Amino acid sequence: MDIHEYQAKEILSAFGVDTPRGGLAYSPEQAAYRARELGGNKWIVKAQVHAGGRGKVGGVQLCETDQEVQDAASKMLGRKLVTHQTGPEGKGVYRLYVEGAVQIDREIYVGFVLDRTTQRIMIVASAEGGMEIEDISANRPDSIVRAVIDPAVGLREFQAREVSFALKVEPSLTQQMVRTLMGCYRAFRDRDATMVEINPLVITGDNRVVALDAKMTFDDNALFRHPAISELRDKSQEDPRESRAADRGLSYVGLEGKIGCIVNGAGLAMATMDTIKLSGGEPANFLDIGGGATPERVGKAFRLVKSDDKVQAILVNIFAGINRCDWVAEGVVQVLREEPVDIPVVVRLSGTNVEEGQKILAESGLPIIRAATLKEAADRVVEAWQNETKA
Amino acid sequence: MAILLDENTKVIVQGITGKMARFHTKEMMEYGTNVVGGVVPGKGGEICEGVPVFNTVREAVAATGAEATLVFVPPPFAADSIMEAADNGIRYAVCITDGIPAQDMIRVKRYMKRYREANRMVLTGPNCAGTISPGKAFLGIMPPHIFEEGPVGIVGRSGTLGYEAGSQLKDLGIGVSTSVGIGGDPINGSSFKDILMLFENDPDTTHVVLIGEIGGPQEAEAAEYIRDHMTKPVVAYIAGLTAPKGRTMGHAGAIISAFGESASEKVEILSAAGVTVSEHPSTIGEKVASLM
Repeated sequence: MDIHEYQAKEILSAFGVDTPRGGLAYSPEQAAYRARELGGNKWIVKAQVHAGGRGKVGGVQLCETDQEVQDAASKMLGRKLVTHQTGPEGKGVYRLYVEGAVQIDREIYVGFVLDRTTQRIMIVASAEGGMEIEDISANRPDSIVRAVIDPAVGLREFQAREVSFALKVEPSLTQQMVRTLMGCYRAFRDRDATMVEINPLVITGDNRVVALDAKMTFDDNALFRHPAISELRDKSQEDPRESRAADRGLSYVGLEGKIGCIVNGAGLAMATMDTIKLSGGEPANFLDIGGGATPERVGKAFRLVKSDDKVQAILVNIFAGINRCDWVAEGVVQVLREEPVDIPVVVRLSGTNVEEGQKILAESGLPIIRAATLKEAADRVVEAWQNETKA
Repeated sequence: MAILLDENTKVIVQGITGKMARFHTKEMMEYGTNVVGGVVPGKGGEICEGVPVFNTVREAVAATGAEATLVFVPPPFAADSIMEAADNGIRYAVCITDGIPAQDMIRVKRYMKRYREANRMVLTGPNCAGTISPGKAFLGIMPPHIFEEGPVGIVGRSGTLGYEAGSQLKDLGIGVSTSVGIGGDPINGSSFKDILMLFENDPDTTHVVLIGEIGGPQEAEAAEYIRDHMTKPVVAYIAGLTAPKGRTMGHAGAIISAFGESASEKVEILSAAGVTVSEHPSTIGEKVASLM
């Protein structure tokens, strides 16, 4: 789960990380008020969206009067920001964070990630702050400093010092760097994060180490033990299709294509999408209905996929282990009887009770296209979709 | 012979009294798995599905000589249960549980390193369908009739794609020595390489199917092992060609975050290592048959 910058900064500062003073605003007037409240004569107005790359598309503005703050805020609020991380539909701006500007001497990149090679938490840092880590690792791989953390003893101070010296931070600032890195690590560990990124971490004109931006992602599997973090979920930043699916306990990812997919198992769901592509179509979604799918659950999944206006054909692919083909067939027949659709539906069943399932589909009298293998199913759904769109 | 598990392996089920665990315990026993007991704290002394329940793994091992365990414990407690098994001389654990916090798994992996390699438990999963040695025994939640006994080893991250491979082989009259699910989580017990090493050394396995997906470094690590050390032919399929970068596709571990983690990059790396890659998930069986 992602949270907003201002929320990440609040968490990190509770763990001893220095952040600029700032305030949250929901309206242009409130933004101007925040600027006056903070004092000073330079402020940064920042759109709060769950995506990076805001600065390049007008989501971050430097202002020198409270009127400028108000103007910048009214331009940002309610707008959709489209960055390289949001997808083409963008993310809506409904909250702003107004911060006092700091004088920057140096920018550093600091990230904490779950490293899958060592299977441990790892620090990834670079003297090239401000750039995206993908660009740093592509263009300046030699500038990346790494430290792997042993979970038995946690991040040690010597490791934090090693990172600080490797980044060539002034020795007089080592203690501040250690405090910052330790704070990030403890926040990562104690709140079950999967990613903490400070980009940039800056050295200010008055020799402070300050987190100018902050991003945190949390482990969905650990939210049960962090109710305070769960409450930070912001549905306005999620794909509405995905929010609906999550509320129904289905694993769903919205995509750009026209062919809706309903599959059991995450691996098979990905394989189904791939096969649609190889057959000349594009999948509209990833959807795993999981094991033990009852006719009701299949019905829910079907309605969800159908509710996406882009969808022009549907492929149901079930390899039943714990699932039962007859239940899946019943679910499909039931939902099509209650709410008939005018788009082609292809069903491929395999595994437990497959004969019963095929029989239910065949005897329903509904125009369901049946297929025996995944490849055949994908070919037929793409073919049916192409015929449909031609006509 | 098969790897990890056969009809003689003495098995316990941690969390045996749960509804799903009881159902699958029964299925496993019907198939021939030698289930000798279960562990549920506070339910010691009860009988479940005809086998004794113990309060601790320690008691279960002392009373039954159990060598393997199926961990069927809810996510908040699963990591603790795996460590309990590792500390009590269990040789092989399969963890089915989906939804264990990643940092809990980091601690499990660190904890298991306390033991010398010779005494260290092998863990597969979590978030997997389990392991089956067809005709002998299975430890997990898969439909066992999909697999036929034979010479092909299967290792994969996805349960249902494992079924796809097993049944395609069966349709062609080809059987399986052992099929191992290593699970869809980012931090898992055994990697592809760990299992490939077991297949390479198993005299009854002649060919291996590897079913990977987007995300993580383990397919690339496997490719290196195959290129340098494997004599047996390997067929691979990688799911997630159409998956966008930075989005988690169902499995917590299925997310492209670095170079070498997309499906096309993994296909390229595996092909370069001499692996026969099946482009279509429907042609895994044919590819194996063509190499036999």
